Amino acid sequence: MSTTKVEAKQFNLYYGEYHALKDIEFKATENTITAFIGPSGCGKSTLLRSFNRMNDLIDGVRTTGQTLIDGINVYDKSIDVDELRKKVGMVFQKPNPFPKSIFENVAYGLRIDGISDKHFIEERVVSSLQKAALWNEVKDKLKKSANALSGGQQQRLCIARALAIEPSVILMDEPASALDPLSTSKIEELIYELKQHYTIIIVTHNMQQAARVSDHTAFFYLGELIEYDETKTIFTNPKSLQTQNYITGRFG
Amino acid sequence: MQGFRLSKKTNQLLAFNLFRLVSFMVVASLFLILGFIIINGISVINWDFLTKAPSNNGTEGGIMPAIVGTLLLVLGSIIFAFPIGVLSGIYINEYLKENWFKKIVRSMTNNLSGVPSIVFGLFGMALFVHTLNFGDSLIAGSLTLGLMVLPIIIRTTEEALKSVDDSLRQGSYALGATKLQTIRKVVLPVCYPNIVTGLILSVSRVSGETAPILFTCAASFLPRLPHSIFDQVMALPYHLYVLIVSGTDLEKARPMAYGTAFVLIALVLFVNLFANAVRNYFIKKSK
Repeated sequence: MSTTKVEAKQFNLYYGEYHALKDIEFKATENTITAFIGPSGCGKSTLLRSFNRMNDLIDGVRTTGQTLIDGINVYDKSIDVDELRKKVGMVFQKPNPFPKSIFENVAYGLRIDGISDKHFIEERVVSSLQKAALWNEVKDKLKKSANALSGGQQQRLCIARALAIEPSVILMDEPASALDPLSTSKIEELIYELKQHYTIIIVTHNMQQAARVSDHTAFFYLGELIEYDETKTIFTNPKSLQTQNYITGRFG
Repeated sequence: MQGFRLSKKTNQLLAFNLFRLVSFMVVASLFLILGFIIINGISVINWDFLTKAPSNNGTEGGIMPAIVGTLLLVLGSIIFAFPIGVLSGIYINEYLKENWFKKIVRSMTNNLSGVPSIVFGLFGMALFVHTLNFGDSLIAGSLTLGLMVLPIIIRTTEEALKSVDDSLRQGSYALGATKLQTIRKVVLPVCYPNIVTGLILSVSRVSGETAPILFTCAASFLPRLPHSIFDQVMALPYHLYVLIVSGTDLEKARPMAYGTAFVLIALVLFVNLFANAVRNYFIKKSK
């Protein structure tokens, strides 16, 4: 029933000399939403980026321990990073559509994967846009530039783009922090919908958002995972004083 | 003291008018030069001038071989310099890590673009004409001009790549794209307009330079088209020089010189307009 999908074991990460993540132990089960909360610089985004190895792009990053997807250590030498990232999708803080048409944005992941079957690509683009709740707004202008969309639409396009290559895990790094309240609530609804088929981890600075959408919440502070529990418990009855102080807004 | 201070508004008015005057002077001097050349040169411009070879030491006939020669030199140098320059720019910006090697490569490129063109001419003569034994030839001239504009192309490519938002690269990597795919499908398409700008700059420079072709390919008088890339060619700037200083009848050659200058300027203008159109096409496409 509840298979472990995303995991971290004794995971440490260093930016040069700086010890950014300390002995992280973490488990997320399939088809759940986990929220990562904590003050800026606490390591939550860093951990998120350790599940699809986006940290590899930064010079001087060193890790010990493991992060695992489906029980496989993603830092293992045999892992093909590009294949890993096809399985573990990511949505960024600032919407970053490519300066291409709406259609080509969603088709991008398929094309770089070497798929050229026109019908297949078309179907996948349509279904991805539908899943990302954007289809009705863009179906008449698929050839138009993605830059012409509003910020909220762009973010849903980025979600559609990630869905098109059928990942099983989606990592979201403050996906709504650059959006207006209406767009934010649309994204939140969408995330909630997506839970049925995907395992989602979302970094957020918005406590209400964490409380609204997530099943589990992890609180990070100074590179440590302080508390990890069901969201309800974290927000009503946190065990750690630090957690309580943070969610009630006393620091951070 | 207080009494001499101008009001803010007067101050602003003075400053604006100063700026206006300065920019007007710049534009005016440009038009003065253009006008001077057009007025003096237009009288010799006709179909024969553009399509016939020079005769009688350049005092009669046209400048067709020089026009063709300049176009061939531009083409040859760009074919050589553009791929190498763009690929180097990509390598420096996308692949090299920030370290001493990158710093050296970058400062060398900068220094290279400051080297006087006559030095490139000398180097081209030593390497292409003598050592590689190409002789005075189209290929030696093209390669020398190519070397001269290489730093411009490298720099503009590098700057163009640098201006691409990193979040686009990250978005591409996050979808499982390799570095090469990311550069080819996301980064470069955004850069095309700016890279074309580098191309425009280099074309303008190549078509106007005399020094690099002086010892490498330019013929002072060759009233026919080159037969191969190892043949000498005439070129507009060099022909202009010859007409002004080394004819038998300088007075008679003077109008031809203005005509040549006129054609050279028109050529550069047309190439720039064309390149601008290409640039706008890419800007439109990448939106």
